[in-house]
Amino acid sequence: MPPDTASPLATYIAHLERGELAYQFSPSADTAVFYPRVIAPKTGAADLEWRVSRGAGTVYATTVVHPQKGEPYNVALIDVDEGYRMMSRVEDISPAAVKIGMRVKFRVHPAEGDEPPYPVFTPAENA
Amino acid sequence: MPGLQRGGAAIVGAAESDIGAVAALMSPIDLMAQGIHRALEDAGLSLHDVDGLFCATTQARTSAMSLAEYLGLPDAYTDSTIVGGSSFEIHVAHAQAALAAGLCSVAVIAYGSTQRTVGRRAASAREYNPYETPFRPFLPASAYALAASRHMHEFGTTREQLAEVAVAAREWALLNPAAWEKKPLTIAEVLNARPISDPLTVRDCCLVTDGGGAIVMTTPTRARDMARPPVFVLGCGQSITHATISSMPDLTVTGAVESGAQAYAMAELKPEDIDVLALYDAFTINTILLLEDLGFCPKGEGGRFVQDGRIGPSGDLAVNTNGGGLSYCHPGMYGLFLLIEAVRQLRGECGARQVAAADTALVHGNGGVLSAQATVILGGTSAL
Repeated sequence: MPPDTASPLATYIAHLERGELAYQFSPSADTAVFYPRVIAPKTGAADLEWRVSRGAGTVYATTVVHPQKGEPYNVALIDVDEGYRMMSRVEDISPAAVKIGMRVKFRVHPAEGDEPPYPVFTPAENA
Repeated sequence: MPGLQRGGAAIVGAAESDIGAVAALMSPIDLMAQGIHRALEDAGLSLHDVDGLFCATTQARTSAMSLAEYLGLPDAYTDSTIVGGSSFEIHVAHAQAALAAGLCSVAVIAYGSTQRTVGRRAASAREYNPYETPFRPFLPASAYALAASRHMHEFGTTREQLAEVAVAAREWALLNPAAWEKKPLTIAEVLNARPISDPLTVRDCCLVTDGGGAIVMTTPTRARDMARPPVFVLGCGQSITHATISSMPDLTVTGAVESGAQAYAMAELKPEDIDVLALYDAFTINTILLLEDLGFCPKGEGGRFVQDGRIGPSGDLAVNTNGGGLSYCHPGMYGLFLLIEAVRQLRGECGARQVAAADTALVHGNGGVLSAQATVILGGTSAL
């Protein structure tokens, strides 16, 4: 087999650089896969294809982290509508106001220095 | 666990190393060796008898190699499986398999950590995860906080019910002279303690101590000739459902459902047959999840189950009689201490905290972030 030309993570980041939240889908298993991998979990199928998410989701679990220095901040698990879960944070509201079941939408947190872009969420209106 | 026989191996020695805050410049392997020396003495054996080494620590990348060198045992059979705090429960199953296969005849399972002395960050460096690290979860606490948030949302579990777990652990710890915490604790004190990762406060979180220890295992035949009464391995099970909290299938259901089912089947026992429980209480939510998943109450009822001191010294179910990771000792990976306490309870050595007529014990290890679940059911000769 020819060597892979891009790692799963590099492909994921390239999508984020274009403002897209990408995930993988295995047609043989008929399931979304996240985080990105080289083969599908459980089946081992190598048929993973990249798809771009609509970027809408629901808060599955949430916490407010209280660092010893600095302001408290949110960490949440988001169930994305296409059928996968990811860690992120909900911005634009106070961390304690983030509630389980809240509808949220994706936006890109841009690259800063050596740190690549990553996905964050904001409360969705009428989503 | 399929392939292992009920009563196919026995624990014949158990001991802590120095725990709490150990002497300056002690190494994790020093503490393993100290635990091994004491556990062998407990068993009436010496280092010459040992031909199997099982160990894990976050502070030595090749801990079995380091321990074999330190002890001067080049021919020992070794296994340093490491899946977090439940590594030692998994070592019990692996040691039983090795003993049954004749790969060794006397196995020690050892642990050592100087986490308090060197600092948590130095003792257990976190790997960068591109899908989690950018969000700065305070791990492991935030992972357990996320699970607690979900349990509260789905089942109406309350902050006070989580605090009950910490208070019960403290009441047991006050009966254990070796416990780190020496003062009583109230529900209000837990709730008003420094917040760490909501809904958890610092009193919902395990201690940060040094510590280590060892247990000695051998074949059932040889176990009958030892200094102390043998404690038999009746059942084992394991389930590793994920490594990162964002990949846990359901934050309110752990792999203890599966590991427990395997262990009960092998032991031919049910939850109501268990006299003493040692559940890995790194955080208060653990005890609630594990009581549910191991069949001591229905799913979602764990919070109500622990109310009114039910799992404390005056309650009707003996859970974490040493004071647990919350109040006795927690050097990063707590699983070995669960085994030590269960052995002592089954031998009737626990003094003020001794559970009457303790014939069976369920030990349950949790590793990672509710990730690696491992159950061991133990019993004295009367339980065979």
